[in-house]
Parts: sequence; structure tokens; C-alpha cells
Amino acid sequence: MMDPTDTSHPDYFHRVVDCQWACPAHTDVPQYIRLIAQGRFTDAYMVNRQSNVFPGILGRVCDRPCEPACRRGRVEDKAVAICRLKRVAADHREDISERLPKAPEQGNGKRVALIGAGCASLTVANDLAPLGYELHVFEALEKSGGLMRTNIPQFRLPPKVLDEEIDNILDMGVQVHYGARIDSMAELLDKHFDAVFVGTGAPKGKELKLPGRYDSDRIHIGIQWLESVAFEHTKTIGKQVLIIGVGNTAMDCCRTALRLGAENVKVMARKPRQFFKASDWELEDAEEENVDIVVNHSPKAFVVEDGVLKGMDFEVMTYELDDNGRIVESAVTGETMIPCDDIILAIGQENAFDWIERDIGFEFNEWDCPVVDEDTMMATREGVFFGGDAAFGPKNIIWGVAHGHAAAISIHRYLSGQDITDRPPRHLNLSAQKMGIHEWSYSNQYDASERRLMPHVGLKERFKQLDIEVELGFNEEQTLAEVERCLNCDIQTVFKAPACIECDACIDICPTSCLTITENGEAADLRTRLSAPAENMDQALYVSDALPQTARVMVKDEDLCVHCGLCAERCPTGAWDMLKSKVLQPYAGTVVAKPVTVKKAV
Amino acid sequence: MSTSKPKVRHPNLPRNKHGLTFRDYEGAVSTLCAGCGHDSVTGAIVQAAFELEIEPHGLAKMSGIGCSSKTPAYFLSASHGFNSVHGRMPSVTTGANAANRDLIYLGISGDGDSLSIGLGQFAHAIRRNLNMTYLIENNGVYGLTKGQFSASADLGSKAKKGEANQQPPIDPVSLAMSLGATFVARSFSGDKAQLVPLLKAALTHNGFALVDIISPCVTFNDHEGSTKSYRWSREHVHKVVHTDFVPPAGEITADYEAGAAIPVDMHDGSRVMLRKVDDDYDPTDRLAAIDFLQRHTAAGEVVTGLLYIDESKPDMHGVSGTTATPLRDLDYDALNPGADALAEIQLAWR
Repeated sequence: MMDPTDTSHPDYFHRVVDCQWACPAHTDVPQYIRLIAQGRFTDAYMVNRQSNVFPGILGRVCDRPCEPACRRGRVEDKAVAICRLKRVAADHREDISERLPKAPEQGNGKRVALIGAGCASLTVANDLAPLGYELHVFEALEKSGGLMRTNIPQFRLPPKVLDEEIDNILDMGVQVHYGARIDSMAELLDKHFDAVFVGTGAPKGKELKLPGRYDSDRIHIGIQWLESVAFEHTKTIGKQVLIIGVGNTAMDCCRTALRLGAENVKVMARKPRQFFKASDWELEDAEEENVDIVVNHSPKAFVVEDGVLKGMDFEVMTYELDDNGRIVESAVTGETMIPCDDIILAIGQENAFDWIERDIGFEFNEWDCPVVDEDTMMATREGVFFGGDAAFGPKNIIWGVAHGHAAAISIHRYLSGQDITDRPPRHLNLSAQKMGIHEWSYSNQYDASERRLMPHVGLKERFKQLDIEVELGFNEEQTLAEVERCLNCDIQTVFKAPACIECDACIDICPTSCLTITENGEAADLRTRLSAPAENMDQALYVSDALPQTARVMVKDEDLCVHCGLCAERCPTGAWDMLKSKVLQPYAGTVVAKPVTVKKAV
Repeated sequence: MSTSKPKVRHPNLPRNKHGLTFRDYEGAVSTLCAGCGHDSVTGAIVQAAFELEIEPHGLAKMSGIGCSSKTPAYFLSASHGFNSVHGRMPSVTTGANAANRDLIYLGISGDGDSLSIGLGQFAHAIRRNLNMTYLIENNGVYGLTKGQFSASADLGSKAKKGEANQQPPIDPVSLAMSLGATFVARSFSGDKAQLVPLLKAALTHNGFALVDIISPCVTFNDHEGSTKSYRWSREHVHKVVHTDFVPPAGEITADYEAGAAIPVDMHDGSRVMLRKVDDDYDPTDRLAAIDFLQRHTAAGEVVTGLLYIDESKPDMHGVSGTTATPLRDLDYDALNPGADALAEIQLAWR
């Protein structure tokens, strides 16, 4: 027998909002999409900024864990274009200077060092500056932004967008020391900062130590090469270029190469397409630019003759897959030499902590990285915190932001004499949305529109300069259509068993067969006895208390609910209601109030 | 504002042999009160029609006047339909059936439409064994005119404001039994597990199939003191027969103990398995069934299930010896043999 679902736990309804749950920073996606629908772009931007700090940046280059999670992608096949809508908010917002957090006139007397001026450190600064901390950012390069600036090409992320959002943080009196690479943690610790945050990323590109690697200067490491392009040290490349590796860095490398004059760019992949690490949309964008993606070629040797790079030898592979699509066997079926002028290695990146002395209180793990607590972000040396790629290896910007928020909470608690393991809880409020018998405060009608496509600058036009942004942003028609695709998953279906008369009205009206009244049972058994079998095990069953007349239970499979509110409209007794959930996310220095009691529907 | 149910559906819904999902058997969104029993009956019809793999254009929805008679708008939107005069649905169906015997006729009526203004029509459709399914969505109250007692309201049952009913009820099941109906069933809108197989059997029956469905009026007759409320019905339903519908060439998957189930072969090759829940009930023995019903009704019980079935009796066409071909498929000469032929027939009767 399944116990009645405990909806008082803040995570239950939070999980129903798949996008928000999947976002490491828990951005309130449905809320900002509704604000965009109302033309309230500035408000939408601020909802974003509170959780993800960089809406303009992330609206272009976020890794978008929200989109694969989006319920719309299960109901139809395409998720809501959440990331594109985020950019709409950023593109059309008005002046936000009055609404930005400010540093108090009087500081709190505590000094915090932040190493690296990337997304994680900047998030920590964003959260701590308003609390009166004196913040010192130590940046090895001459500009802020970290990998956001050095590794993401300007045609994907214009410097103007980057500068503006970073300046909004730095303008709170954050002191950035440029060209100040930290070579010794011990030396930094000797400067007696009250706390130290390490946001140094994963700055080391992986090597491919094959014959000929060091015989030519035309073999580049991807992230270093991109950085060199970003700082305009590299302005040209040969006509024929091979990119080794097929992750997102490889996509940036191949597209950058085209803009520096390459005519024939091949991305060489060891495995078939389904094993590519690059995001689908980055692959599509590269292929649109006629980049040739070659599968099943495993690098064997660099071909260098008389100090001149001629090409690369590859082994041609075949793979045998099992029923689950995993490779069970591979075989070499031939060899081939592919000629080229330059080779760019984009096969991953790693952490580099040679600058942290091994005898100053840091424990290191098997990958030679400092051990960091996943909740507090603190290393084994007290008062030193980690975040972003420096904490647990390469992830992405939005994870860096999430780490930054968590580390800021820890640093503030640590420097306020509070236990950092005692994390401020997340809460969730529910509020009524009913405006009339058939009226709700949100756009509840299912809109069958298809996902809108991002318009691009023409293929000829975009290669003229390195910094022409390819994506134009959604226009009005695209925005208006896309916002209506959001299912408003935060408008929760909430059930009160004592009111139910078991008339089946909700079950009959539900368009996606989510609801069933049946005898209670074990979860596995119950999942087979519903109006439609509940096969998505990642999605919860919402099980009610025993119903008053028959002691059966109401079961809702959350998987495919389109939050249309028809169950609540057709319910004669108000047993079903639509209540908006709002996740109250704790940040450094904020006190999250206990949830208010559920308001009664009007 | 919601005025329609969106077309979006569960992506893995089963399809029947016509490639249709149950959603394809739906109609417009109901405008009845939220929680009306009739909407559940609509849901059961949708389910039964989907499972029977009925071609929507092969069915005609017939109705009169009343809340019940509005419901054909809410299912099978691709079927034929005729919304007739109050209480006159049986005549119109008789005419339609006489002209085109190939359609499946599904009549939807209520206690007012059938037991008051339409009682005579109802009785004669049964007498003729008109080949149709006749549903009475029975709530004991005139909902459309705001809650007066109907002819099926029980003696002493209370109206919403408290006054007790003074007149005895007409029970459509007893009436149909006494008129010689060949298929008599009763069910409850809140029990789809019972209702759907009953509807499938009724739609398959060759002759007049009555299904009296207790279908609570959530607005005017769902209170304390009502004998047609959700709660009262759930507490007083007495299931005597469990019905399993086995489609033509279908496999009988349930395990029946010897003698525990009575198989009834339907004319289309399907089979209805009647499993006794109550040992002293026999759904093939009319007299015993009538006696049983009277005793249990007197004890305040609502007896449900497939209460009586007789597949052997001829329907209206069988009795009348009419042509097996729908009139629309006869050519002009067959339909209109001319004045000479008429004179010849008249001469024969001189």
C-alpha cells in the first residue's frame, strides 16, 4: 500500500516543475515565462538574475539542463525553448540599475579573497558584496569572465553582454586584481583573508600524446587556442583544419576556425554520433556552417614531414552495440591519412592544482584535486571554499553559479560564527489561482504550437567578422508563440481527499489520462493499473488519502499533466484545486520565511 | 477560460483496429454541472465504443429532451445523431431503424423523458423489441427545471430543501421485465468497471437493450435524504451478476469455476459471461428475476448487473419480415414497384 503523498515536503511540488528542479540554480522558469508573456521583460530578467545571476549570458550559452527535463518534451517531442526566452527577457529589459543589489556604505570589516574572475567567483561576489564584505578577486588574465570570455567565441556571446552583467557585480565595490595569477595558496593564506574562494575552473586542456605531437607548432590545444583568439593573439589559421574531439569546445573551435579563414574544417570523432558529448544544438549550428563531422576515426599519429604538419593518421573503427546501445566490441577496419594545415585538440579539460601546496591542510582525492564537501563547498582546510569547475571537475556555467550561491551561504555563515553544515532550508508556498468558474490567473489552455526556431544571420554575412553574433534572438511572433507553449507546471494540481465524492469528472476530462481512482496498492502494481500505465519511473505518483465513500485512492501520475486545470474546473466539490507553487530558495544573508498556509480558493 | 478539452493526449494510448484512440470517440466538452453522473456515463460510452471498435459513422445517437438528452453532444462527435422531441426518441429511432437497420442505435434518455412524458413510447419500443440500446440516465429529479421530483423518485426520498416525495416510483427495470424486454440491466454511473462491459453487451444485443443507470444529479439530488445520491447509491448497490464481455474470436482469459459462469452467445459472435455474485439469482429466468428484484427493492437495495438476457427473440425486423437491406441500398424499382404492384397487393386484401 502506498502512503498518501506528503505534499508538505517542499521538494514534492518543486519536482513537478521539472525545469526548475533540473536547473542547478533552480531558476523559476514558468514564472519568468509568464512575465515575458505579459511583456514584463525587466521583471522576467530580475526573476532570472536572482537565481542565475547572468541571464543575458545564460540566455545564449547555457547548457540548458532545463530543456531535456521540460514536460512539454514528453507530451510532444520538443521542449519549450526556455533558454531562448531567457534571452528575450535580457534583450528587451529596461534599465535595472535601481533594482540591482547594492553594497552597504559601511562594510562589515571582513575580507574575502576570490581566485579567478569566472562565473563561480562572480556569483560569490554578487551574493557577498551586499552583505558588506570586502572582496578581492585575483584574476590571472587582463579581463574578467573566465572561460565565459576566453572559451566562448564572440559570435555566440558578445563581449558587451558579458561586460554588462559582470560589471553589475563588480560595481558593488568588488576589487579585481588583473594579471594576478596566484601561484601559491600558502602565500595567499599568509595575507590573512577571513575566507578564500577558489573559482579557478578546469583550465588545462587534455593532451593527445601520439607520435609527432611536439614536432609542429600547428597543433593546438583547443581551450588555449580559443583564449588566444579571444585576446587577438591568434588571427589566422590554415585552409584545412582538423578538430579532434566532438564536445562543445570542439564546436566552438571548428566555427572559430571558419571565421579565421579556414575553408575545410573536419571534426574527427572516434565514435558514432549517439556518443557525441556536444549539445545537439551546438552540433546543428556547426553543421549549418558546413563543418564536416567524421565519425569512427580514432587518431593514431600526427604526420609531420620536415617540421611541416601534413595531416593525421587515423584508424577507421567499427563498433558493435548491445540492446542498450552500449559499445560491447570495437574493431579497426582500416587506416587513413587525412591531410590538414592545423590540428586543434578538443578532447576535454582538467583541473590543475599544482599551485596548492600539499602540506597546508588540504586533502587531495584520487584525481589529485582537493576534497570539497558537496553541501558546504568547503575544502578540508577550514575557511577555504571551492566552486565551479574547480570544485568537482568540468561542468558548466549554471553549475558554477549554483556552487557560487552555496559557497556564499557557507562563507557568510562561517564568518558569522554559524555552523556551515546547518543549511538554510528551501521552502515552498502555494497560492490560489482561481478567478472564476472557468477562469484562472494563468493561461491554462493548451496551445498546440510547435517550438519556434532561432533565426540566424545569413551564412555569407556571419563569416565577415569574428564577432558577428549568429543568433538574432526571438522576434515578437516567436516570443508570443513560444511563451504559450509553457505548461505552467508550477500551477500545481492539489487534491483534498475528504471533499471527493468519486464522481469521476476529473478522470473523464483529463486530456492526458493522468488520473485514476482505484484500490491502493504497492507502487509497482499501482503503476500498471492506471488510466494509462505510468511508465516514467522518474515521475512521482501523487496518491491521496483514502476517499470517503469507497476508501479507494485518487492517483495522479505527474508525468504528462499539462496543468490545464480542467480537473479543478470539473470538480463539483473543489477537491481539486490549482495552486501556484513558489520555491523559496535560500541565499547568503537572506532569511527564508516559513511557508504561508495554503490559501483557500475563492 | 476553458471551453474545450485540448486535443493533446497521452502519447502511448492504445489504438483499436481502426487506428483510433479512445479520445477519437469523444465529443464536445460537457456543459452539464461539474460532477454530473451523466458525464461519467458519457465517459463509459466513449470507452465501450472504443473497445468494441465501432466505426463512428456506423452509429446513431438518439435522444429527446433533458439533461440526459444533451449528452450525445459530448461523445462520438463523428457519429450520426438525432435530438428529437421530448419523450419521442423511441418513435424517431423506430423510424430510423426501419429505414436503415445496419446502424447501431444508441438512445440516451432520462427518467423524465422515459418515465413521464415518454412512458408510452418507451413501453412500445420494448414490445417491438426494437434493435437499440436504450440508456436511462436516472437521477430521480428534474434537474433542468431545478429539482422537482421525477417519476423515478422513491417514496419518502427528500428534495434538496427537505420535503419528502409522496408518490410511488416507476421502476424502469421492473417495467421492462414485465413488458418482455430481452436485455435488462442496471448500473451506477460511479462504477465504470461494471458499466463499460454492460454497455458493450447492450450495444451487441440483437433487440431492445435497456440499461437503467443511477446517475446522481450533483446539483439537485446529492444530499442527505436523497436515494439517488452518490453516497446512498454506493451504500445500497447490490451487485447480483458480474458481466464479462468477450469480443468475437476473443480468448476467454478469466478463470471460471465450473458452473459459476453462464455463457451467452451474441448474434455477432461475441460472448457474454455472466458470473453470479448472488447464488440465488438467475439472469435467464424471467419470473424468478422479477421476484428477486421485487424483494430486494422492497428491502431498499438497488440491484445492479445484467439482470435479464434473452438472445433468442426476434427483433422488430424479424417479427415484421422486412428486407435485410437498408432502404438506402435498395434501387428505385425495388423501393417503388409502381401502381400496378400496389393494386395487386390491395386486391389480395379484398
